Amino acid sequence: MADITNQSLNEIIEKVKTKKVSSTDLTKAYIKNIESAKKLNTFITTTFDQALDKAKEFDNKPNFDQLLPGIPLAVKDLFCTENIKTTAGSNILNNFVPSYESTVTKNLWSNGSFLLGKLNCDEFAMGSSNETSHYGNVINPVGDQLVPGGSSGGSSSALAADLTPATIGTDTGGSIRQPASFTGTVGLKPTYGLCSRWGIVAFASSLDQAGPMTKTIKDCAIMLESMSGFDEKDSTSINKKKEQYSKNLKDNIKGLKIGIPKEYRVDNMPKEIDELWEKGKKILKNLGAQLIDISLPHTKYALPTYYIVAPAEASSNLARYDGVRYGYRSKQGKDLIEMYEKTRSEGFGDEVKRRILIGTYVLSSGYYDAYYLKAQKVRQLIKKDFDDSFTKIDAILTPSTPSSAFKIGEKMNDPVSMYLNDIFTVPVNLAGIPALSLPAGVDKQGYPLGLQLIGKALDEQKILNIGYAIEKNCGFKNEIKKWWS
Amino acid sequence: MVVMSKEKFDYFIRGGKGKYEVVIGLEVHAQVLSKSKLFSGSSTKFGAGPNNQVSLIDSAFPGMLPVINEECIKQAVRTGLGLNAKINNYSVFDRKNYFYADLPQGYQISQYKNPIVGEGKVLLDMPYGSKEIGIERLHLEQDAGKSIHDMDPSNTYVDLNRSGIALMEIVSKPDLRSPDEVNAYIKKLRSIMRYLGTCDGNMQEGSLRADVNVSVRKEGDKKFGTRCEIKNVNSIKFMQMAIEYEAARQVELIENGKEIDQETRLFDTKKNETRSMRSKEDAHDYRYFPDPDLLPLKLEQKLIDDLKKSLPELPDKKKERFIKEYGLNAYEANVLVSEKEISDYYEEVAKLSDKKLAATWMMGDLFAMLNDKGLDISKSPISAKHFAELVQSIKSGEISGRIAKEVFEIMVESGDNPNKIIDSKGMKQQSDPKELEKMINEILSKNKDKVDQYKAGKEKLFGFFVGQVMKLSGGKANPQLTNEILKKLLKG
Repeated sequence: MADITNQSLNEIIEKVKTKKVSSTDLTKAYIKNIESAKKLNTFITTTFDQALDKAKEFDNKPNFDQLLPGIPLAVKDLFCTENIKTTAGSNILNNFVPSYESTVTKNLWSNGSFLLGKLNCDEFAMGSSNETSHYGNVINPVGDQLVPGGSSGGSSSALAADLTPATIGTDTGGSIRQPASFTGTVGLKPTYGLCSRWGIVAFASSLDQAGPMTKTIKDCAIMLESMSGFDEKDSTSINKKKEQYSKNLKDNIKGLKIGIPKEYRVDNMPKEIDELWEKGKKILKNLGAQLIDISLPHTKYALPTYYIVAPAEASSNLARYDGVRYGYRSKQGKDLIEMYEKTRSEGFGDEVKRRILIGTYVLSSGYYDAYYLKAQKVRQLIKKDFDDSFTKIDAILTPSTPSSAFKIGEKMNDPVSMYLNDIFTVPVNLAGIPALSLPAGVDKQGYPLGLQLIGKALDEQKILNIGYAIEKNCGFKNEIKKWWS
Repeated sequence: MVVMSKEKFDYFIRGGKGKYEVVIGLEVHAQVLSKSKLFSGSSTKFGAGPNNQVSLIDSAFPGMLPVINEECIKQAVRTGLGLNAKINNYSVFDRKNYFYADLPQGYQISQYKNPIVGEGKVLLDMPYGSKEIGIERLHLEQDAGKSIHDMDPSNTYVDLNRSGIALMEIVSKPDLRSPDEVNAYIKKLRSIMRYLGTCDGNMQEGSLRADVNVSVRKEGDKKFGTRCEIKNVNSIKFMQMAIEYEAARQVELIENGKEIDQETRLFDTKKNETRSMRSKEDAHDYRYFPDPDLLPLKLEQKLIDDLKKSLPELPDKKKERFIKEYGLNAYEANVLVSEKEISDYYEEVAKLSDKKLAATWMMGDLFAMLNDKGLDISKSPISAKHFAELVQSIKSGEISGRIAKEVFEIMVESGDNPNKIIDSKGMKQQSDPKELEKMINEILSKNKDKVDQYKAGKEKLFGFFVGQVMKLSGGKANPQLTNEILKKLLKG
């Protein structure tokens, strides 16, 4: 039998439905891959026994009408999973076993899939290289010295290395799109509120959004359809009718108006990124879309705004990890205050501490107006830039990242240069709108590069369609040699 | 502030260098009456075992999100309307950040810049007239849990049952000037909220607590003095004691030429003194910011209008009506509307009996008995119907006031209706003039010497004759008739 694990989710679903492969055999194939890929360090926890039980259960009583019939899936370790350890990549949750299941994963399971394991990620999703994880850095299957991107680096790496047929991540400032771009995979950050945040370890509540990471656009549509939906347990969840993204996927984009924002042409951007962008424009033009130059004037303020808003919310969201009720508690400490100090000093890593400090600072009395309040105002202006543009255009095309995957350790001692990697992805989170990254080419070293499609709120179908059209015409193929096994 | 002086207001601290006025503002924390907590489905019932009413949200597990409990919002709006306050169509929940073992989230969800209720007012009836107390705002917030330090010598225990329960913080303007006014204000707030059914006002169970802000200034000064905040006082008596102590302390500092530090203080109920808890320099920086897990709260005007229409009659209105409809004086009306249950009881009695006499007997014997037994009127051993029958028996002259007291006692013990008691014990008043005349003649003939003395001018003896009649009749002689007949016969 040909290796089924290097196929797309959609192809695998077809094979399961036509009984060419059983859920059990499929699951075993992935388990085999995972066991031979320990070098990549993608998994924090595996749930093989449970997965095989579920697969058997499915094979005994298959329901082929489901969106994800008998499909094993690994997910980012930021999603709380019932009775399965959930660490958020942090030491402070090293022993935390939730008694509940996040809404998003629950949605996946109710569509026929089951859990294969929990994927490594930057600690509390704070990072762009998966190097801040307490459980060690993840290696990009593209090259043994490369980071897989972050924070959903375990997810992107596992997907590209055929360790899961599809996966999900969370995206606060680019944590789905940047790792997708670094690994030659597809990643979508949905409209804020499309996927429930209930049961996802929070980083920055007003920016966090779960989304699919897949090998193809079609897979992305299937996953988005499976995971999204209104949830009354999340007050910021959008109450709307569910869409059938995969059924409605089409590659005819004739007449669509695509905005090209001049502010995304940044200084010192590698030539290859510029060439990739040109390639994307050409494809769209050839398919009958109309390219329109637009301006998003406040783009340059997006990164500083993000690095005020996100740490501010994080400093408060992470206050609950105090060693009192669950998670890690330092054995040292004579009194309550000292117990807090030691627990949090030993429990959190450097990047998390840095952001808690920044966040605490910008919310402090005397600094609030100058930082947090101003950042909120700028955030409104950034959103307005997009709103104004979307009265004239259907979607925006930009590069996903200013570079391809960088070397492990290259940026760890230079946080600002690390933060700059999110420069194209962050504005979208601030505006709460959807965007996807799809692989469209490689740089001169052969490392994948991604294009980003940005849509207006709830216009996921449209950017999926445009992505579908590009995917069919850009001739990208992820050539990953399994050097690790 | 309107003071229509009847008696003069006179609460000042007298120092060696003059008279000082005490300025008080209250932040009352009132627990919202609701089945579940402000942002979770946990029960709010008092008295459950430790940590038995705690959801994953209340204990701040990772990924848990708050969802506003609509009933708590409605209760806050009702209360705002009851305080004649402006209801804000737009309000925001903020996070107040600080670390404490009984604060699981590491922040309290509260309302800071945009509260749900704005300015309002409360009217107090003081002996020197009616006084208006301004309400600054009312906002909703979560209660914290409880740290228990005395269960174990080296560990602190935490009970999260209270964690997340909805509180209304009602902030007054600094309009209060004496412990008596504080007493009247708290009772009035409590009464309004109990009428509305928005807070049970039970201070023993912690449903109503207050932070008390106290400052003093020389009489006539326009500028407020430096204030101190006394945290979390849970009875009116303690509030009054704390204010008296604190005002005297501040006056002493001023008299000795010392500065008052703006600080937070604690009231030690055992030593009857306030102590510094933390100074302004040590004050927490709460880093308030809008809670990103909750969207701003937008209230439709229709909801507010509907709630307004469904409000019950409140004490001020009811008092006016009692004066007009039942002919009560202001004092009686005030007492009888102070609690909704009392006013309901009174109205039931008044419908079936003499309105004025009913008020007198309720405020006299009934209240004394309830007070004695420590019972609320809702638990009264005498039903309103029976009480009305008793009042009617007095009014019709069937029994005398003195006998009525005896009947009342038996009613309390047996729960029987008064007519049955009067009949079975033969307590009916002797009101037949012929019978009475016969009885009186008998007494007069037995006491000829006394009759002569009376006639000679010793009029005090009249009481003796009345006493004899009462003795002979077993207390049942109609006193009015007895008087009339006695006078007539003694003249003859």
